Amino acid sequence: MTDQTDSPVRPLSPHIQIYRWQWTMALSIFHRVTGLALVAGTLLLVWWLVAAAAGPEAFAAAQGFIGSFIGSLLLFGWSVAFFYHLCNGIRHLIWDSGKMLELVPAYRSAIAVLLGTGILTLLAWIVGLAAA
Amino acid sequence: MSLKSPLGTVRGLGSAKEGVQHWWAQRVTAIALIPLGLWFVISVIAMAGAGHDDMAAWLSSPFSAGLAVLLIVATFWHAMLGVQVAIEDYVHNEAMKIGLLLAIKGLLVLLGTACVLSVIVLLLQG
Repeated sequence: MTDQTDSPVRPLSPHIQIYRWQWTMALSIFHRVTGLALVAGTLLLVWWLVAAAAGPEAFAAAQGFIGSFIGSLLLFGWSVAFFYHLCNGIRHLIWDSGKMLELVPAYRSAIAVLLGTGILTLLAWIVGLAAA
Repeated sequence: MSLKSPLGTVRGLGSAKEGVQHWWAQRVTAIALIPLGLWFVISVIAMAGAGHDDMAAWLSSPFSAGLAVLLIVATFWHAMLGVQVAIEDYVHNEAMKIGLLLAIKGLLVLLGTACVLSVIVLLLQG
């Protein structure tokens, strides 16, 4: 274990309230928030799949909930989180390759991620509602 | 009081864990989830408002069931890695951290297993 008294006292990074909000920072935080939301959302996926395996009645109950107002709201939130995490995840993979890390490309890719999220979410719901 | 320099302390006590493996697994599952996730969303949209028969028919094909199993494994694996990072960032009490990691990872393994078994049940029913 590192003993605190051993190390010289170093300045600490200012806490989050100190920083001026920036797009890059907001998107980074939102990536984690949507990731955790998607984990919570897997509960709905589990219910849906297990209900389908359990039989028509259980599946009808799950479909009924998903089709309800609260269910639709959750599904909409899930779709936004999914498409955001997908788009921003691809942005992270590009960064991992060492590309587009400078400030201007980082801002441009942030805008691309937000646009992509909006377009994909809209498209999914338009097609989904038209098919239903 | 240690006679080691701060640098020596760091070198001697490097994390010695499996950070690189974690990092790679997160990326590999992320890449796998791009096509698998899109396939799942498109499949779900195509089944909007569908009944149990449509659902059973969808997963009675080995192709769909196979992709569904891969999707489930990649999803829960990626989720475990992500939740682990979040817990390690915010929970600093070692006992609570290990307890939470065990509890949440265990829960995710259980949920993932339930999903995979459900897909197998639907495949065999078809």
